[in-house]
This record gives sequence, structure tokens and C-alpha cells, in this order.
Amino acid sequence: MSRQPLSEGSEWTFELLKTYDAEIGRIAAGYGLDTYPNQIEVITSEQMMDCYSSTGMPVFYPHWSFGKQFLSVEKSYRRGYMGLAYELVINSNPCIAYLMEENSMTMQALVIAHACYGHNSFFKGNYLFKTWTSADAIVDYLVFSRHYITECEERHGVEAVEDLLDSCHALMNYGVDRYRRPPPLSMAEEQHRQKEREEYLQSQVNDLWLRTVPRKEKQAVEAVQNFPPEPEENLLYFFEKNAPLLEPWQREVIRIVRKIAQYLYPQRQTKVMNEGWATFWHYTLLNRMYEEGLVTDGFMLEFLQSHTNVVYQPPYNSKHYSGINPYALGFAMMSDIRRMCENPTDEDKYWFPEIAGSDWIKTLDFAMRNFKDESFIAQYLSPQVIRDFKLFSVLDDDTRPELEITGIHDEAGYRYVRHTLSEQNNIGNQEPSIQVYRVDTRGDRSLTLRHYQHDRRPLGETTPEMMKHVRRLWGFKVRLETVDKTGRVMRSYECD
Amino acid sequence: MSQFIDRRLNPKNKSAVNRQRFLQRFRGQIKKAVADAVAKRSVTDIDRGENIQIPAKDISEPVFRHGKGGRREVVQPGNKEFVSGDKVPRPEGGGGGGGNQASNTGEGMDEFVFELSRDEFLDFIFEDLELPHLVKRQLAREAAFKSQRAGFTADGSPSNLHVVRSMREALARRMALRAPSKDAKRELEEELEALLASDNPDETRIQALREEIERLAKKIEAVPFIDTFDLRFRNRVQVPKPSTQAVMFCLMDVSGSMDETKKSLAKRFFLLLYLFLSRNYEKIEVVFIRHHTIAMEVNEQDFFYSRETGGTVVSSALELMGQVIRERYPSADWNIYGAQASDGDNWPEDSSNCYDLLMDTIMPSVQYYAYIEINNHEPHSLWMEYEKVAEHWPNFALQPIYGAGDIYPVFRELFKKQTA
Repeated sequence: MSRQPLSEGSEWTFELLKTYDAEIGRIAAGYGLDTYPNQIEVITSEQMMDCYSSTGMPVFYPHWSFGKQFLSVEKSYRRGYMGLAYELVINSNPCIAYLMEENSMTMQALVIAHACYGHNSFFKGNYLFKTWTSADAIVDYLVFSRHYITECEERHGVEAVEDLLDSCHALMNYGVDRYRRPPPLSMAEEQHRQKEREEYLQSQVNDLWLRTVPRKEKQAVEAVQNFPPEPEENLLYFFEKNAPLLEPWQREVIRIVRKIAQYLYPQRQTKVMNEGWATFWHYTLLNRMYEEGLVTDGFMLEFLQSHTNVVYQPPYNSKHYSGINPYALGFAMMSDIRRMCENPTDEDKYWFPEIAGSDWIKTLDFAMRNFKDESFIAQYLSPQVIRDFKLFSVLDDDTRPELEITGIHDEAGYRYVRHTLSEQNNIGNQEPSIQVYRVDTRGDRSLTLRHYQHDRRPLGETTPEMMKHVRRLWGFKVRLETVDKTGRVMRSYECD
Repeated sequence: MSQFIDRRLNPKNKSAVNRQRFLQRFRGQIKKAVADAVAKRSVTDIDRGENIQIPAKDISEPVFRHGKGGRREVVQPGNKEFVSGDKVPRPEGGGGGGGNQASNTGEGMDEFVFELSRDEFLDFIFEDLELPHLVKRQLAREAAFKSQRAGFTADGSPSNLHVVRSMREALARRMALRAPSKDAKRELEEELEALLASDNPDETRIQALREEIERLAKKIEAVPFIDTFDLRFRNRVQVPKPSTQAVMFCLMDVSGSMDETKKSLAKRFFLLLYLFLSRNYEKIEVVFIRHHTIAMEVNEQDFFYSRETGGTVVSSALELMGQVIRERYPSADWNIYGAQASDGDNWPEDSSNCYDLLMDTIMPSVQYYAYIEINNHEPHSLWMEYEKVAEHWPNFALQPIYGAGDIYPVFRELFKKQTA
């Protein structure tokens, strides 16, 4: 290759950023990556910490917990315990990514490849994001929510709003619809309907509680006896619609937290895929640049050093081990799919007849679009990757004195390990399943939640604290029953 | 397809609000941590931030979680020796490794550690001392600056316009711009004179010369008399105030009756004086004198922390202070401040000595002398004598104190004088 490299030194300038971006974009388009337009913002490390503290969002409502987050990030950063991660990217249209001014040209190019073409195309292509989030509306919605919450603070005092937010944050993971498609967000519509909603909600709630003289006594009794008619898994939604004592503004705040939780939900379900995809593409794109002679050997050395750090997987008995590194697993799986397409072995042909020898770009694109972590692993984790990672599954059963190794990276264990790892990435298994079970509409208005046990696992030590938050939102006595598979109540918590 | 935006000049500190919220919410715990930090720090080292620790459980944000128990199956990487069916004893702490528990940053550790900035730290200290706002502002200020002339600049506000300088620049510019044309014109004029003086003048040439001279004269005329380019403005820069030096004497009674609480109150009293002085003087020396029946000059560590028992002779400390002033701090060169803390115990016959010492040697040479008597509900002879001193000297202050909030009034006069 006799082409001139784009730059030699480690200094970046805006002209260089544009040049690199244009080249990376050209190569990405050649591989068929479909992205939102990029909005790339150059910021200082101080501003990076700000972004970090509010879940990476460009605007967010004020809350003490973000201050806590900031202090802890600042501390580790100043101490050198952590470098600020160099990628923060927002699922929005245009897709917002941040570059830190302290970074070298190499790092900037890496971030552009990783975030602006990797993550960006994932956000745009993956079915979960398409179904559950509205990239067009999110930034406007955040602006609206910050404005609304600030207004509430002025009207009702900071403390009242912060307390309410505390309770909402605590239940944020229980504020998502897993099966119902939420209506798309739209800023204008939100504001337009907000007023109506306040009045309407209040009237709905009143209807439930303040039934004066029912026309048909008997039927009415039966109607309210089983409330809610079906167990409700979205706790925040249930409170927003049915908690009797909430003021309209409080319902609106719950709704805001719910909407944001819903927006973030797909990211929690696609950690391995999303990071694996972005890492695979930064690796592929920058290597392609090197082949074309656009970057120097020095550039590659610096890039590879950073890349290797990101995809390192410490073994289970290392002191650096904190679970499986989604970057490492995701990158390994994506690269493995390409390998199976380009150089399939007999093993691959036996395990993945459709993939072995197919067009890798199409196969990888299909994988990115149609899966989430658990199904992606179930579908694509190959014996090769299981062997490379030396994966093994351990059963910890409290009825037995010892742990048992249930499967390892051998012929007998591949399917079992794959199944177990897939289950492990199922959010439904990670979080206790808790649903609204019953409201005593005729008596003391108490609320009963049910925890449906999975694998006999009990609730953790935070439960009494959590009950206080549930109590605050519901406004009356709350009860939580842990039930086993047969529906027998094993344990219950109360908060009056 | 990509748009680049430079956000670096945007206001930083988007998180300032959230940070304040956090500090507000955990005020109680942070205050306690600050008090501990003050106890650990030296009097002369109060002017910086601090690492604060508060129990993580106080500030945790709970979520529903699984606890230990039941049946868990976890996939782990890096197998070396296991085969299927192996039985392994449970490691300490139970569980087969926290394979799928997302750990929250800051959670899981017992202490949440973060850094308070200098201003935040001082704020917490001042709150304890119940300082008035004006004083807080003054103390939290960084070193004072005064503005000083620093030559001239080419741009500035009209009020700083320096007329003479500007005219001089204009003159220089006019000379410089006109010079080439003037030279050319002079040459042409000489040629013209020569031509006119000759016997058969070349009329066309004369005409041409005249036109050219005319043109040059216009060109010279066209150079403006004054141009914005000539303007010069007075420039001023902020320079640190010229420093003067101060010495602060801390006198404390360390007899058996001064317990830890009294000492920590005394420490705050010295601290406040030190802060005040550090705002007004560039260089400060601190002299610690402790006494029971005899006085000694000691370092800060011994001053606050070593235990002594015995009787109390206050005059010994005043005596020593006078002597140190004579030897090392001539009052012509030094601003001298005295701060004394005691619980009011003294040999009755010694108190009049104290009166004499103060009146004759100390008060004439100090800027200010402050005395606090800690947790003493019945004033003794010493207090009586000191009250007499206060009648004579307006720069002598005394105050009985029972809590940190009572310390400031001692300095009221002092602060008033400075902030006015």
C-alpha cells in the first residue's frame, strides 16, 4: 500500500476528526452498516463525569443520587482507579456520541468507529430498540421531563419531589412493559395530553374508590373483589393509574420515570450483543484502515493495546474477576460467527449448518437484528468459544453440602453450558419476579404483591427497605408474599 | 453524515446542582465527618478540601434483589481442573461467585468515600461556628488582590483611553505612512526646480512633474490624522496584595481540668482566628504556648494532645509570650495576635499578675487579644481581672463559651473592622 496515512502524530484537530470520520464512515457503508446521522460532541473530562452521573443522558432532571454518582466517579478518576471509559453514546436520532479532548487521535478514531458506527447501527437495527424506543423523541422527552420535574420542585418543594423520585428509582426495574408495545413518545403530544390526563386520571381513581351507591350492588362487588383482574407486572404503571391518594403531579412524575425505564430497558437486555457488535466493528473498521495504509503502525499499536484491555476476560479465580465481561464474550461470539462463515470446520458444519460457509456480512447482520442476549447466546454460542473461554457451569443448591460442576467445555457439556449461560442472561431470572396480586378494595385498601419464586431463591436483605418505598407510592398498608411453584405462601413482608 | 460540535466551552458543572443536593441530604453525616477531620488537622492546615467517608448503607439506593439461598447455577470462565460431576466445597461467603449480580459502583463497600472541595469543607466548618454571611464570604475568599497598572494595551474601555499615548501612536503612524511619499515628492520637487531654473524647460515634463507632485500631496493628505489603530488604553492587572506578616500566639491551659471536649472547642477558636489571619496576611507564624504551673512553647501536636496535670498559673504563659515577642517578633515588623483559651481556673493570687502583664507588656504590642473561657458557669478571679483589661483596651475581647456557636462573638469587633 502506498497511500499516505491520514496523520502521523497523536494530536487531533477538528479537521483530522472530520477526515477520519469520513474514512471510517466510507468503510462502514461498504460493509453495509446502516446508521443514524452522528452528532459527535467534543467535551472535557469534567463534562464526561457530568454525563456519567446522569446515566449518560445529555439532559436529566436533578436528583441527589446523580450527585452521589458524580462524587464517586470523580473520586476514582482523580485517584487514577479508573480511566473514564471512552465511549458514551446515546440511542437517539441523530445519535449523540462524546469524544474527550484529552484523548489521542487514535483513541478518538477508536471511539468514532465503536460508538458512531458500531453502537449507532445496533440502535438503529436491533428489533428491541425498534420496538421499544423512539430515538427521534428521546432528547425532547428528557427536556420536557426535566422541565416538568423542576416545576414540581418549585411548586411542592424539593424534598417532596426527591422522596417520590427515590421510590420510583427503587422500582424502576418494575416500571417496564415486557410484552405490550408502549405508544411512541412524542413531546408535543405529551404536553398536549398532560393536562387532560391529570383530570382524567383523577376521575378514574375516584371512580374506583368513591363508588357511592352502585346500581347493581352484587355485580359491582364482584367486579371490584378481584382487583386487578390479572396480576400486573408493571408496578409503576399500576401505581400511576390506581394509587388512590396520589396527586396528579405525582402520577405524572411516576410516568416520567416509567418512560425512561422503558427506554433504557432494551440496553439492559442486550449488553453482550451491543458491546460485542460495537467492539467487533471498531476492530474490523480500523484494521481495514490499516490495510488501506490510512493509519500508521504506531496508531495500530496504541489501538491494539486499548482493544486488548477491553476484551480481556480474567479467569474465575482471578482477583480481577467480576463475572463474564460482556465486551469479551460479545466480541468473541461476533468474530466467531465471521470465522464460521469464512473458514468453517467440520464441527461448525455439524453444529451450525446454516451458518458455516454463508455470507458473513448477511449472517452477522441478521444476528444483530433479531436477538437479545439470552436468545443470541442460545442461538450462536459455539463449542469453539466455549472452549476458548473454558466455560463451565456450577450448581449452588442450598439443600446440598457442596457445589457441583454440572457441565464443562467438552462434548457432553456444550449444550448444557450454552443453555445455562443463556438463562443467566435472561433478565427475568436475574431479578425477582414481583407482581401486583390483589387490592382489598372493600376493606383497608391494602395492597398485596406476590413474589413468584424462581429456583427457590429468596428475596435479599433490601426487601424491608423496599417495602417502605412501595408503601409510599401506594399510600396504604402493603404486603408482599413469596410464593413457591405450587402457590404456597413461603414468607411474607408487611409495611404499614 | 456526521456533525462535530465543540462543547468544551459550555458551562461545566452540570452536576453542581446534584452535588449540592447530595451534600444537603446527608448533611448530618458529613458534618460529623468534617468535625473528625478538623480534629485530625493542624490549625494551619485548614484551607483545603477533605476526603469524607460516610457509611454506604446510609446512602444506598435499594432495589429488589435475590438473597442467598435456593438453587443457583452460574457459568464461569477459566476452568482449569474441573470435570463434570465434580463436587467442590463451598467457598467462604457462600455462592458460586457473584457471576450474575450486577454490582453497583459504591455499593458493596462499607464506606462511601468522596472528596469535599475546599469551599464545601469550609462551609461545613463555618456552619458550626454560626458565622454571619458577610464574614463567611470574607473568609471563604481566596487571597485578596489589588489591581495595578501594567502598561498599555491596544484595546480597552473608553474610560481607560490614554490620550497622550494615543496621539503619540498616531503621530508615529502618520510619519511612517507619509515618509515614502514625502521622499518621492521632495525628489520630484528638486527635479522641477532644476527644470524651471534651466534655459529651455521641457514643458510636458514639467506638466507631468506637477501632476505627480499634486498626486503625492493628495496621498500625503489622505493619511488619516487618527485611526482606531492608534488608540492606547491603560491596562490594569490583578496582583496579590503586598503581603505583611502576622504572628499568632495560641495560649492554652492544659491542667487536668481541661478535658477533650474543652480542648476541641479551643481548637476551633484558634482555627477561626487562623483562618481570619490567613485572609489578611501573606505570611503567618503560629506560636503555641501551653501552661499549667509553668509555661512552655511547644509544637501543635503537643499543644493539643499531650496530657498534663497539675495546678494552673496563667501568668507564666503571658510572661513567656512577652518574652517571645521581645526576642523574635518586634512589633514594628509584626502584626501580633493573641488567643487564649482556659477554663478559668487559676491561683487566685496569680490573677492580678496577669492583669499587670497584659496592661504593661502585652496589650501595647498586640493588634488584638481574644480570650475565651470554656464551660465555666461561675467566673473566678481571672475573669474579673480580664474584664478590667477590656475596659482599658478596645482591642481586647473576652467571652464565656459553651458551644462552637459562641466562639464567633469574640471576634466580632475584629471582623467588623476588616469587612467594613
